[in-house]
Amino acid sequence: MTAMTGSLLDDLYREILLNHYRQPRNHVAIDSPTCSADGSNPLCGDQVRIDVSIEGDRIAAISFSGSGCSISQSSASMMTEYVKGRTVAEARAGVDAFQRMMITAEAPGLDGFDDIEALIGVAKFPARVKCASLAWKTLEQALAGEGGAVTTDERSTEHV
Amino acid sequence: MTLTATPDSGARLPFDITRIRRDFPILKREIGGVPLVYLDNAATSQKPVQVIAELTRFYRDHNANIHRGVHTLSVESTDLYEGARARIGAFIGATDPHEVVFTRNTTESINLVAHAWGRKFLQAGDEVVVTEIEHHSNIVPWQMLRDERGIVLKYIPMLPDGTLDLDEARRIIGPKTKLLSITAMSNALGTIVPLEVLIPLAKAHGATVLVDGAQSVPHMAVDVRTLGADFLAFSGHKMLGPTGIGVLWGRMALLDAMDPFMGGGDMILNVNMERSTWADVPAKFEAGTPNIADAIGLGAAVDYLSALGMDEVRRHEIEITDYALRRLADVPGVSIFGPMDAQQRGGVVSFELEGIHPHDVGQVLDTHGVAIRTGHHCAQPVMAALNVPATARASFYLYNTTSEVDALASALEATTKFFGMGG
Repeated sequence: MTAMTGSLLDDLYREILLNHYRQPRNHVAIDSPTCSADGSNPLCGDQVRIDVSIEGDRIAAISFSGSGCSISQSSASMMTEYVKGRTVAEARAGVDAFQRMMITAEAPGLDGFDDIEALIGVAKFPARVKCASLAWKTLEQALAGEGGAVTTDERSTEHV
Repeated sequence: MTLTATPDSGARLPFDITRIRRDFPILKREIGGVPLVYLDNAATSQKPVQVIAELTRFYRDHNANIHRGVHTLSVESTDLYEGARARIGAFIGATDPHEVVFTRNTTESINLVAHAWGRKFLQAGDEVVVTEIEHHSNIVPWQMLRDERGIVLKYIPMLPDGTLDLDEARRIIGPKTKLLSITAMSNALGTIVPLEVLIPLAKAHGATVLVDGAQSVPHMAVDVRTLGADFLAFSGHKMLGPTGIGVLWGRMALLDAMDPFMGGGDMILNVNMERSTWADVPAKFEAGTPNIADAIGLGAAVDYLSALGMDEVRRHEIEITDYALRRLADVPGVSIFGPMDAQQRGGVVSFELEGIHPHDVGQVLDTHGVAIRTGHHCAQPVMAALNVPATARASFYLYNTTSEVDALASALEATTKFFGMGG
């Protein structure tokens, strides 16, 4: 591997990301969630389910389950860690900040977002932005109380 | 002045891989400083200079609309377009070039049959038989027709080794079967389907047979005179030709009995305010200005393949595939899906790398210049049967070499190392 491609890959797969992939946080089911949503990324088969337990205006507990690539699963793990204990409004702001980061490749500088900023390298890989965004979009859907399913692929089928 | 790209002399060139690779300029590309290793041929093939030059020559010297002008350029363009049709027909053994209908791709060819033949000749309760290993393009059109017309869609199941359950096929294909629509080779696993068994089964019950040749026509000799099918669908871009041009071959009697696919110019004999009468086959199915340049480009691609000989192409791909099956089996953590005998599979090797999602595998491989496909390959029923969300897929063509397989194998070893799996 050349030095250049090595650093490009290291930008994408930062150590903290691989850490979350190997040891996902909040990956155990919670009892009687307040709201839930399922998300999928048909392009690479990523699937994630988010269960949220809300007490007052705070996210008291959250869990994710599913399977997929390291980007989608580590992003889900980091997302749960970030929103746990925060208010619903803060969580929604986090979703917005994350989606903006995927477009601008600039760190939002939010409190508690440090680990998540490791995903900034994903913005350089347009094909992977959908993977990284999946859990966040699914959280947004769950918080909207609409349940149902979200997808990060706008096309209904792809062609080989 | 001759307007055909290459005289069809039947002369064969020796299968010289070095010379062949020189014909494909893109193979000289580097990806991030390392040489490109293009192993995504089941998705689309690269194009030789002969095809690229033919496209340029058409636009530079001949371009005009076809079938309607009296001027010289229109006559030349018509001759080139129809000349390509004739050579493509000859390539698949069609006795009548009018049986070759130009479409955009295999998907459109299958949809054409579903619309123009299916809607006219299939009724509620009629059975259409496909297989579990079809590409979505040979599933979805029939599901749509089922919802519209009440036909019954049946699937020949896949066995764990990626081959079809022929005992089950004998039970499923029966007197109610009106159409067997079946792939010749699985795009996801490379499985070569025993058409010589399945087509006679369907024919014994009087069924019509459509063969999805998207993965077979580019890679092996296909002759409609011995195939026994009624329709053959394939795409130009997977066989060295341009994107946006495909073919539906059909038996004249069937094409003749079918209604048009789309209405418009070039497909009519007469139009008045009340009604229209249809043009003859194939014009009836080619409404509007067709993809003239790319049809001509596909003609040049077929000339290239004919000069090499499809049996030689197949022989080369068996060699590469056999090497890949053995080489990849030696890479720690690799599991290969589908038949392990290169004679039973086309140049497609689907696999997984233990503990690493296929999408991550494809990403790391790209930094080594190795282009493979990852995902469900538009064959989600196959993924469901294998119980995997996705696979990584390397697919070969006539310009690939065993040293490129070695590059894939070392890149996979580096991937495992990168993710810290197995040290």
